[in-house]
Formats: sequence, structure tokens, C-alpha cells
Amino acid sequence: MSQSIAAPASAVTRPRMSFAWLGVMPFLLFALLFLVLPTMQIIVGSFRNAAGEFTLDNIINLFQPSIMAAYWISIRISVASALLGCLVGFLMAWAMVLGGLPAWLRSPMLTFSGVASNFAGIPLAFAFLATFGRLGLVTLILRDWFGINIYGMGFNILSFGGLTLTYLFFQIPLTILIMTPALDGMRREWREAASILGASPFQYWRMVALPILWPSLLGTFALLFANAFGAVATAYALTGSSLSIVPILLFAQIRGDVLQDPHLGYALAFGMIVITGIANFIYIWLRARSERWMK
Amino acid sequence: MKINRIWSWLFFGIGALYFIFPLVSTAEFSLKMRRGAYTLDAYWTVLADPRFQQTFTYSVLMALATIAFGVLLVVPTAYWVRLKLPRWRPVLEFVTLLPLIIPPIVIVFGYIRLYNTSSWLPLTGSAMGTNLLLMFGYVILSLPYMYRAVDTGLRAIDVATLTEAAQSLGAGWITILARVILPNVAVAVLSGAFITFAIVIGEFVMAALLNRPSFGPYMQLLGANRAYEPAALAVIAFAITWGCMALIQFVSKFAPRAPGAQH
Repeated sequence: MSQSIAAPASAVTRPRMSFAWLGVMPFLLFALLFLVLPTMQIIVGSFRNAAGEFTLDNIINLFQPSIMAAYWISIRISVASALLGCLVGFLMAWAMVLGGLPAWLRSPMLTFSGVASNFAGIPLAFAFLATFGRLGLVTLILRDWFGINIYGMGFNILSFGGLTLTYLFFQIPLTILIMTPALDGMRREWREAASILGASPFQYWRMVALPILWPSLLGTFALLFANAFGAVATAYALTGSSLSIVPILLFAQIRGDVLQDPHLGYALAFGMIVITGIANFIYIWLRARSERWMK
Repeated sequence: MKINRIWSWLFFGIGALYFIFPLVSTAEFSLKMRRGAYTLDAYWTVLADPRFQQTFTYSVLMALATIAFGVLLVVPTAYWVRLKLPRWRPVLEFVTLLPLIIPPIVIVFGYIRLYNTSSWLPLTGSAMGTNLLLMFGYVILSLPYMYRAVDTGLRAIDVATLTEAAQSLGAGWITILARVILPNVAVAVLSGAFITFAIVIGEFVMAALLNRPSFGPYMQLLGANRAYEPAALAVIAFAITWGCMALIQFVSKFAPRAPGAQH
């Protein structure tokens, strides 16, 4: 019975099969050719030897001390700049949204954050050389006015600390841009309800505000981590090739095969995709969770 | 509440110092080229350098080509997805997010291996082909911003009604896109265009590895060999970024607010 009713319906719909999907084909073809296939080429290449056979040797070869050291310092710089970026950016966003700063400061702060989060690469390195380099303004002010010689104390702009300090210039504004909407979503009623129930400000933060903001904060951290981990230009202009972080090592490898093994180069790049991929997956997942509270 | 405000000003002050010092230092440093006096010498030296003019022109043209190609690629696609294929939106969003996940250095590494002279599409074999490849790379890099901007712009207008109205007046698809949809999302397209410009103008990794004479590698080269000119370049680059962001804010004042709020 039911089949005899369903049959004419499908006979009507079948000839009108849609070709609308053809409309997105140019775009998807472009993305395939210039985004997906190049990346696949790297991933496949890292599991192949020179003869084109499947191998895990390239991945195993990554675990040699010099390459592991490069990954380790990259991860440390990314974690440090992401942690500090989150912390300082969050405090500044909090001060702006909830902390009672005058309202007219909000618009200039957000505009500046937009500019600074896009001011990366080579010029950023120049700016920090002019500030914290050996003849930089801050270095000289500290030395001449306060008698503090930061280079005598072991600071160097061409180092872990220097690079972290430089990356904060785009990490903090990025945090402000992401956390402001999250902080805007904090309802005043939540705070009032907590204080009516007798919660101290500390209890309010520990038991209400932070649990709500936690996914946004962790997500921001993951995004900042990936952001710092993939950055090449700033580090290259700042340190040349004196600081061996993964992107710089890969840059040198692509230019001149410094590892003397092209397939190890693929594996190096594959390792970068895996690490930034994990960080971004966490970001996307946590953002989806945090948006539940942003209604 | 009073204590809160003191803390707020403290955090704000520390942050502000951190951001102001590098900018002031760079500006100050760029003026110190002539011993004992503040002059604009570093700027004149940079601006008079023929390689500055060549590489800067190259990057500006590259940015314009990227914007033109990006608009042609993104606007019809985003429009079509809104109109006919709403189910495909998550797919498209995922694809446009990929450039944030895969580092640019990995993408360009793939280009070099995939499109070298012995491959099926030897784009890196000629200067023009490499330029094209670099432009495609920039379109990919700007995709997350461009697609997001255009898609947000399309959300504010009633795509289906506009399309039907145009069709009932006898317009074809190209006319609809060029004369109905594009003018209505012009503000969004411009926002995407300015951020694309800011990205392309100083980009280093792709241009350096594809060996093209663009502004990013020039800045790097100058930084390795000179003292005061790089600071001047940093000030110029900051001004360009600032200009792009200011233009985005300016044009977004003209954006349609909500569906039906058209004039």
C-alpha cells in the first residue's frame, strides 16, 4: 500500500535532480589545487622514502636531538607567549569591559587591537630591535637612567625571552579581540544573584565567572599557540637563523636542504601540521562549547 | 568597586606602556640617522631606493590582483551557497578555516613540490607562472577573512528576494551578481579587501620561498644590512596597517544593518 503511494512521488522528484552543487565547484577546485593537494603532498611525502615506497623512517628520524630541540624551543616559546598573551589580554579586556574604565576608551582600544594583531612579520621585528635591541630605546633608558643593564643580566632579544616578548605584541591584542565579546556576555544578574546568595567576589569568580569563561580562555590559548608556532617572518628577521625553532629550520631546509634529506623536510612540515592542527581542533571544539552561554 | 577601578587602570597602564614603547622607540630610532639631530633622512633614503619602489609596486599590484581574484572567487560562491546550498555552509566554512590551521610555510612548501618544473602543471617554470602561483597563495591566505566578511555581508540582505526580483525583470546570473548582489555587499567586500591588502603587502614567507621580488623579502634584506632604514620601514608598515584598519572602520559605517533595512 504505502509503496504504491510513495512511487509516484519519487517519480516526480527524480527528474528534477539538482545540479546546484556545480556552482561551488570552481571554489572547491581552487581550494583543492592550492590548499588541499599541496598539503597532502607534504603529508604523503613524509611517509615515503626516496624510491617512493611507504616508510616510517622519516617520522622516526624526527626524534634526533637537534630536531627535537627545535620542536621543544618552538613549543616553549608558543606556550609562553600564548599563556602571557591570554593572561595580560584577559586582564586588559576585563578592565575595559567590567573593570570600570571610561567607556570612551573602548573603541580606541579595540581599533588598536585590530591594528596590532595584524602588525606582525618583518616590521614587528624591526620595532622590537629598536626597543629592546642593544641600542634600543628601552635598553638605553634602563641603562642610563636606572643603571640596569638588561644585556648584562643575560637578556637578549635574539633568544627565547626576546622572541616571547616580541610575539606578545600580536598575542595580547588578539586575546582582547576574542575575549571582549565573551566578557560582554557576562550578565550583571549572575553577579547580583551570587552576591545575594552570600558569595564573596572571589567565590563569584571561582564558582561562576571562570567556569563560564573557561572554554573561551582555553580556546584563545589554543589559537594563540598555533599562531605563534607557525610564525616565521618575525623570528627570521629578528634572529636570522641563530635561533633554531621549527619554522626557521623548515625555512632553511626548503631553501637549501640543510638537513640533507628532502624527505626529512616533509616530516618536519608534517610535525608542524599535526601540532597546529591539534591546537586548532581544541580551539574549534571549545569555541562551540563556549557559544552555548553567548545567547 | 573603587578597588576594581584602581586595578583596571593598573592593567591598562601596564598594557599601554608595553604597546606604546615599541612604537615610540621605532619612530625615535628612525629619526636618528644623522648624528646629533632628528631628521627624516632614513625615510628619504628608503623612499629614494629604486628597489623599494620596485618591490613596493610589485606588492601593491600583487595585493590588487589577489583582491580581484578573491572577490571573483568568493562572492559568487558565498552567494550561491546562501541561495541554493545552505547545507554546504559547514563544508565551506571548514575549508576557509584551513589556512589558519595549516601554516603558510607548509602550504608554500607543497607548492614548490607540486608545481615545480618537472610536474604536470609547471607553474614555477616561468616568472609569470610563479607570480600567478604566489597570487593564488595569497588568495588562500586571505580566504578566512574574505569569506567571513562576504558571508556576513550576505546575511544582512535578503538574497532570495533580490534574486527573484532581478529574475522577474529578466536579469541573467551575471547581471544579478554584478549589478544586484555585489553593490549590496560592497561594504563587506571592501572590508575583506583592506585586510587582504594589509596581509599581502608585508608577507614574507611565500614570496621569499618562491623567490619573487616583493616588499617582504626586501624589508628582510634591508634589516640584515642597515640600521636606521628598517625602523623607517617599520613606521611606514605600521601606518599602512593602521590605514587599512581605519578604512575598514570607515566603510563599515555604511553597512546595511538588518534584513529589510535597505534604502
